[in-house]
Amino acid sequence: MTQHIPLSLIQSTAQTLMEKAAIEIPQDYLDGLKRAAETEDGDLSSFVLRAMLDNYEAAKEDRRAMCGDTGVPRWFVKLGNDARIEGGMVALEGALRRATAHATHSVPLRPNRVHPLWRTDHDNNVGIGAPEIEYGFEPEGDWIDLITVHKGGLFGTDYRMLFPSDGIQGIKRFYLDSLMAFGKRGLACQPAIIGIGLGGSKDICMTLGKRASVLRTVGSRNSDPRIAAMEDEFKELGNSIGMGAMGFVGKNMVIDCNIEVGYCHTGGMPMSVHAFCLSSRRSVARLWPDGQVEYRTDPDWFTPYQRRETVDWEPVQEAAE
Amino acid sequence: MKPREIRLSTTPTPEAIAELRLGDIVYLDGLMYTAREGVYMRALEEKANIPMELPSQSAANFHCSPAARINADGSFDMGAVTATASFRFAKWLPEWMAKTGAKLIIGKGGMTSRDYKEYFVPNGAVYLSTVGYGTGALLGRGVENVEAVHWNEELGLAQAMWVIRCNKMGPFIVASDLKGDCLFERENAKIAENIARVYEGTKPAVLKRYGETDDRSDEVI
Repeated sequence: MTQHIPLSLIQSTAQTLMEKAAIEIPQDYLDGLKRAAETEDGDLSSFVLRAMLDNYEAAKEDRRAMCGDTGVPRWFVKLGNDARIEGGMVALEGALRRATAHATHSVPLRPNRVHPLWRTDHDNNVGIGAPEIEYGFEPEGDWIDLITVHKGGLFGTDYRMLFPSDGIQGIKRFYLDSLMAFGKRGLACQPAIIGIGLGGSKDICMTLGKRASVLRTVGSRNSDPRIAAMEDEFKELGNSIGMGAMGFVGKNMVIDCNIEVGYCHTGGMPMSVHAFCLSSRRSVARLWPDGQVEYRTDPDWFTPYQRRETVDWEPVQEAAE
Repeated sequence: MKPREIRLSTTPTPEAIAELRLGDIVYLDGLMYTAREGVYMRALEEKANIPMELPSQSAANFHCSPAARINADGSFDMGAVTATASFRFAKWLPEWMAKTGAKLIIGKGGMTSRDYKEYFVPNGAVYLSTVGYGTGALLGRGVENVEAVHWNEELGLAQAMWVIRCNKMGPFIVASDLKGDCLFERENAKIAENIARVYEGTKPAVLKRYGETDDRSDEVI
């Protein structure tokens, strides 16, 4: 008989994740920022990076949120193909909404979510379409991964429909334009993990870029070696602008650059750019039906299955290659 | 060179303000209040009475919504505090400063030097920027007490007017001075020297967008 993952475990784990995301800077980003602080020689940007490192410590010591703008909490849920949830998927969504509301009060988080027109605030980060819950699946496993991301910032994100004739130089141009536009005065809260989405439909292009920034870690590389080389090159390029933290003179703008692609219309080459801020809030847990929970900070979202390009998924053939 | 560090009152003397230089690091003591679009609209457009004595109680306006809660017993818990981008409030600030005598506008990203020269300098006020902008936990440590929260029923927790007692709250960076000079514009000018080199070899997009031409009768191709 299939064992179900208990609903109460999902809600309590989700609440813990909300707290961890708001308070604990992920190690991969922290290491990246420490490396940046070591190389930074701009007076002011160097002061800013040291203050940020102090801030992460203060947050952990005091168990208070790293940043007063605690972003907009959202969820990415990944299910192994054999996972079963007590009460089904509707119950899961209820548990995630309750955990979001509860943690907003208990941490506390800033109740950022309001109605776009009427500005109604339920003071709990829950409302129409909030928190977003998105799903992914893996061919094997009876576990679920709960991933929360509290992305902040009204700035640092842009979309543009480019075309094949724009080429790599056009992609570089729009990348630089985005960094320049939102880096000045530090509106993007850099140095950040920059995510670039290339291809897909317009909405998916935005999704790819967002996921590249929030669901991949510093130091990870795309499985396509040519895209991986672009990631290295774009990181360098962003850091050669001469702009650092808060838009002050400096050499650290990009802690890492992650690129994700999806097949798009033959006539186009849509592109999006996303900046995950200085408080790169993400937290992950894997839950099994026997009640086991394992916490981590790497969402490990972009598996070979997520990036598959064939009609059928043939893991046996993949393994043989 | 290490930046200079200064303790400053939230009801500062004109001399203390005159002493500040662009890039100085400031720590604040005294009462500070949060006010952003919600408070500005309520006080200036709906003409509601401001529930504080300004500027005698505080001359420091923080563009901030804290991560905070009101407990069942009416007490407050404030975790992290971080500023929000100030340029969006230029519409209300001249009238707000004239009405409240604010001398320290504290937020994210600063204003333009034109704003500083037009209404900061005549009011003897300067702009302090938060650092990072994510030092919310450090700033939270500088909150000695939450004295009150006003208009939370009308505006919600995020837009309410929070009154905070600061004890060496910081760091903040002096981003404008009494000449109306702007720290961020000074930095932009230095960075601008390098832009052409970074963009070398890139080319404008095939499909233009409005904003890249100011003539709306133009096609964007």
